[in-house]
Amino acid sequence: MAKSASDLNRQLNRHLSSVGEWVDERMPVSAFWKKHISEYYAPKNFNLWYFFGSLSMLVLVNQLLTGIFLTMHYKPDAAGAFASVEYIMRDVEWGWLIRYMHSTGASLFFVVVYLHMFRALMYGSYQKPRELIWILGVTIFLVLMAESFMGYVLPWGQMSYWGAQVIISLFGAVPYVGEALVEWIRGDYLVADATLNRFFALHVIALPLVLVLLVVLHLAALHEVGSNNPEGVDIKAHKDSQGRPLDGIPFHPYYTVKDIFGASFFLLIAAFIIFFWPEGGGYFLKPDNFVQANPLVTPEHIPPVWYFTPYYAILQAVPDKLMGVVLMGASVLILYIVPWLDRSPVRSLKYRSWPSRLALAIFVIAFVRLGMLGLSQDSSTFELRLWTFLYFAFFALMPVWTRLERTTPVPQRVGASEAAS
Amino acid sequence: MRPLITSLLLSGLLIGSAVAAPKGNLDEANANVYDRASLERGASYFSQFCMGCHSLQYMRYQRLADDLDLTEAQMASWLLPADREVSDYMMSAMPYEASADWFGKGPPDLSLTSRARGPNWIYTFLRSYYLTDDGWQNLVLENPAMPHVLWELQGTQRAIVDVEPGSNGQARSRVVGFELDRPGLMSASEYDQFARDLTAFLTYVGEPAILKRERIGIWVMLFLSLLTLLSYFMYQEYWRDIKK
Repeated sequence: MAKSASDLNRQLNRHLSSVGEWVDERMPVSAFWKKHISEYYAPKNFNLWYFFGSLSMLVLVNQLLTGIFLTMHYKPDAAGAFASVEYIMRDVEWGWLIRYMHSTGASLFFVVVYLHMFRALMYGSYQKPRELIWILGVTIFLVLMAESFMGYVLPWGQMSYWGAQVIISLFGAVPYVGEALVEWIRGDYLVADATLNRFFALHVIALPLVLVLLVVLHLAALHEVGSNNPEGVDIKAHKDSQGRPLDGIPFHPYYTVKDIFGASFFLLIAAFIIFFWPEGGGYFLKPDNFVQANPLVTPEHIPPVWYFTPYYAILQAVPDKLMGVVLMGASVLILYIVPWLDRSPVRSLKYRSWPSRLALAIFVIAFVRLGMLGLSQDSSTFELRLWTFLYFAFFALMPVWTRLERTTPVPQRVGASEAAS
Repeated sequence: MRPLITSLLLSGLLIGSAVAAPKGNLDEANANVYDRASLERGASYFSQFCMGCHSLQYMRYQRLADDLDLTEAQMASWLLPADREVSDYMMSAMPYEASADWFGKGPPDLSLTSRARGPNWIYTFLRSYYLTDDGWQNLVLENPAMPHVLWELQGTQRAIVDVEPGSNGQARSRVVGFELDRPGLMSASEYDQFARDLTAFLTYVGEPAILKRERIGIWVMLFLSLLTLLSYFMYQEYWRDIKK
């Protein structure tokens, strides 16, 4: 009996591998697996900060899947949208869970993406030859902002409505065509059913497709040049006889098991929010958005969602509307030229000196402080301008300090500096 | 590295203090949405005292019956009007348009009040009606369209006003407390419990899933803790040859 069972097993394996060969002759499945997973060599010294890339993908998948189920029950109609969200929360089986996963996911998406971007700033991951990875990443961030803004409008609560009103009216600052542009975006003389319908189309089809495409390109560019690491060491400079980087390890199984651990821990935190703190203290789901949109009642205070408040604060810092909008746009678009603003010969903060560390610290504080000021209705103009100035000074002065500061030599190999000291 | 870590910690502290800021001077409701008896009393009070005018347009009778384990007989005796189906939404008998005509402003739907204003607001609102020479006032809702329909239960109270000289010569008056003008059918503590029961009920109505959300959450957290632990061991095992 035992013998025939192992025979059967061998036979099955033979059949399976012949199926594999059949497919491989027609489509490069195993070549793809090797290039991107099992023989993609990543530096062996990734630290905590390197979890946020894979976590961003996890959140993206969560948003896509929960989004599909929400779309099955949501009504993109100004008269019925608000009630359909309550229908999801009450009458759809597990609808409350799907909705909370989606709304919490939106906020956590920005948490992990901000940390992912901070990692790149800290370790110089945008430097040559990774400029395109960074540019694609900034574009993903821009599309993500548009995607989340439009998603926020869909529940059609007071904050959805008036937030849309405020943001769309910013386009009115464009000289000459401003008003026509605003009308064209809204599809009506005010934010209305037409606006909701087009935002729905963009939120569930257009922008998710663009996002997924950009993520594919982001990864394609990454896998072409290889990952950076906390030391900023170029691991491709030292290879073994078979052309494998000596300080690299195959992504699978090493980083797949590590990322599974990271994902499990992240899900634990996410589950805590979803099940015990779904409103996120009023930051993830705003109390005012549990009131149906009413074009006749303007709320006293219309703060944006927390992840947009730094840019909103920059807008408020400028008295002129057009200049404010320009500066707000610049605060995000300036990220595109960071690879050319940074003139440092080394990547990682570890081999730079105090000017870089101090500058990044001030930048982080300015960003967080602007975020808090953007939430409040009566922030001091002086403070708004101070932090806005420091935010931009980080970029404007980057070419100066990165060229002047003292750097220490980057070791040839990962872990060499620890071994020497 | 150190200034960086310090700045991160510092910004964390700043965020923490922003979240912890108190919101107005609302009384602490201490309503317990998991207290079944309190919920049942709240449901019964709502149908007796509120539903004449206010609807719960997103709440079905059936959901209430399921969540509170009410039998058909119980439903029929104190909750479900004879002309309604259990699958109906809990709509007031008074049509909204008609009441808007009669009163100038229709009584608002209360399905989501607990989510839009918070339980403490509801509790404070119910306890803060006071009589002035110009009629009813409420501490948390200026010039309320609704008179204090519960005055027979609470009694009528008048405000104790503290007048402070303002910086620009204008005196500012502030309500610092209430005194009972005419006692009602309930004692102060009985009325507080009444308001608390109604608050608990409206908190449940704002999010019916709340009754099972946390219960399920505990199991999900336990499962994910175990998964995190196991995946950590798996990671350690695989990485043993790298970390030499």
